[in-house]
Amino acid sequence: MEFFEDWPQYFEVAINWSDRLLAGLWTTIQLTLFGGILAFLIAVALGLLAGSPNGWLRIPARVLIEFFRGISLVVLLFWLMFVLPQIWMRNPDLPFRDLVYNTFLLGVIALGLNYGAYGAEAVRASLTTVASGQWEATTALSMSWPHKMRRVIFPQAWALMLPSLSNLWVHLLKGSAIAYIMPFVSDLTAELNQLRRPTDIWFSHAFIGLVVYFILALVLTLFMQTLEARAKHKLGRGPSIREILSPAPKAIVPDAPVAASVTEPKSDAGADVPPRSPSEGGAR
Amino acid sequence: MMMSGIQAAEIDDPTMIDEEEVRESPFWDWDFAFDAFPDIFMAFVEVTLLVTIIGTLVAAVLGLIIAILIMLLPRPLAWCVRWLANFIRMTPIVVQLIFVFWAFVWMDALTIGIIVFGVHYATYMSEVYRAGIESVPKGQWEATTALSMSAARTWRKIVIPQALRSTVPSLGNYAISMFKDTPFLLVIGVAEMVTVAGERGAPVFRTTEVYTIAGLLFLVASYPTAVLIHRLEKRLAYAQ
Repeated sequence: MEFFEDWPQYFEVAINWSDRLLAGLWTTIQLTLFGGILAFLIAVALGLLAGSPNGWLRIPARVLIEFFRGISLVVLLFWLMFVLPQIWMRNPDLPFRDLVYNTFLLGVIALGLNYGAYGAEAVRASLTTVASGQWEATTALSMSWPHKMRRVIFPQAWALMLPSLSNLWVHLLKGSAIAYIMPFVSDLTAELNQLRRPTDIWFSHAFIGLVVYFILALVLTLFMQTLEARAKHKLGRGPSIREILSPAPKAIVPDAPVAASVTEPKSDAGADVPPRSPSEGGAR
Repeated sequence: MMMSGIQAAEIDDPTMIDEEEVRESPFWDWDFAFDAFPDIFMAFVEVTLLVTIIGTLVAAVLGLIIAILIMLLPRPLAWCVRWLANFIRMTPIVVQLIFVFWAFVWMDALTIGIIVFGVHYATYMSEVYRAGIESVPKGQWEATTALSMSAARTWRKIVIPQALRSTVPSLGNYAISMFKDTPFLLVIGVAEMVTVAGERGAPVFRTTEVYTIAGLLFLVASYPTAVLIHRLEKRLAYAQ
């Protein structure tokens, strides 16, 4: 196939354009970071509301979650891009006029709303998974709502929700590629597509794009796994990051019961430093 | 409708819309909405649903094959298959669509869309199947050995029926996910619902109705399905 014969040439083109490709990569990273932060804030807010026993808080939150989850990302993007600015066109005196025409911001908002709604479900589910005894204990100690959330419930839910949030963040990274259809948002996909115009080659460029996205996704996953290990360590349910990364051999306990649920304290894997390692289920 | 580059900047730039014209037209025009609905709905049935259904079937079968291959192949090969699946799973479907589109230029864009969606979600579903297969109790495997069943018979009659039971809700969720991803097909020029909606609205510069209809169709189709799957999940959990 001539594809493969001409590959060195194709990559040369890509290297010559590396400035623009790097600029596109930076836009993709920004979309992923800002979109992820916005999605996380929305997820926590909606998740807490959707988990509350008060119907006046719960039902609107559920409607919002189902709405932004059920509507497709592309539809949301087009809606923000074409329908939302009409409100400002009709009422020219409204503030924040420039922001509505900022397509990058609209992309971030669309990603944040869509994946935030998915994340809200993960937050709510992990809040309900926290052992009911923990909830009862906070009531027994008559803790205020912010106090019990910050000190008792959320740290435990945080460790539970991190795997789902990690998946969702990778989804968001992958979803950010669709932002290239928006004008003035030159993310990696857009730049690679631009590269097709003068060279009329897409195959090798798309391959570069796939590899770069894959590496980005791996970095995100590793970062979130580190966060998860840290969250578990803080709950006294696992080795610290320093212990995980240390070259010291880890004692493998044969036939250790695999923790069936995450709420159960895990058997101490890094057992070669017993005095300082967290005792099982000690620090709650 | 490939909107990119120089052309896109001219056509799709929201700042290029004549604001006077917008101010004089109503925000919502019922006549136009009723006028545009049949076209959008036809595109919904003919393309979006078609891709979702065939794509799900492809993904469900291929996912099972991947899951079994990873379990049965010798380790280095299984490792290769697993990382290939990881690669497909962790890269954007938009770039994959364009990649395959230009690699197989002679193929129909709709077919490419179905294949890419099928393969992409197969990598997700293979994880679901893997978890399902691992959840089959060890005693079942031992029993098949005790009864000296052949490997094929063990998989076909004992393992897969039990593994599949718990996977149905997750597979359904991925089908919904695929359904909501179908608008990505616009990057390879397939006339799916959102593209048709945009094309329907473009000549008269009306976007409110068409995109709202498209969004509502997505909601109306995905929400009840999600509720049904959730119920199924609860029933299966209760039965076990």
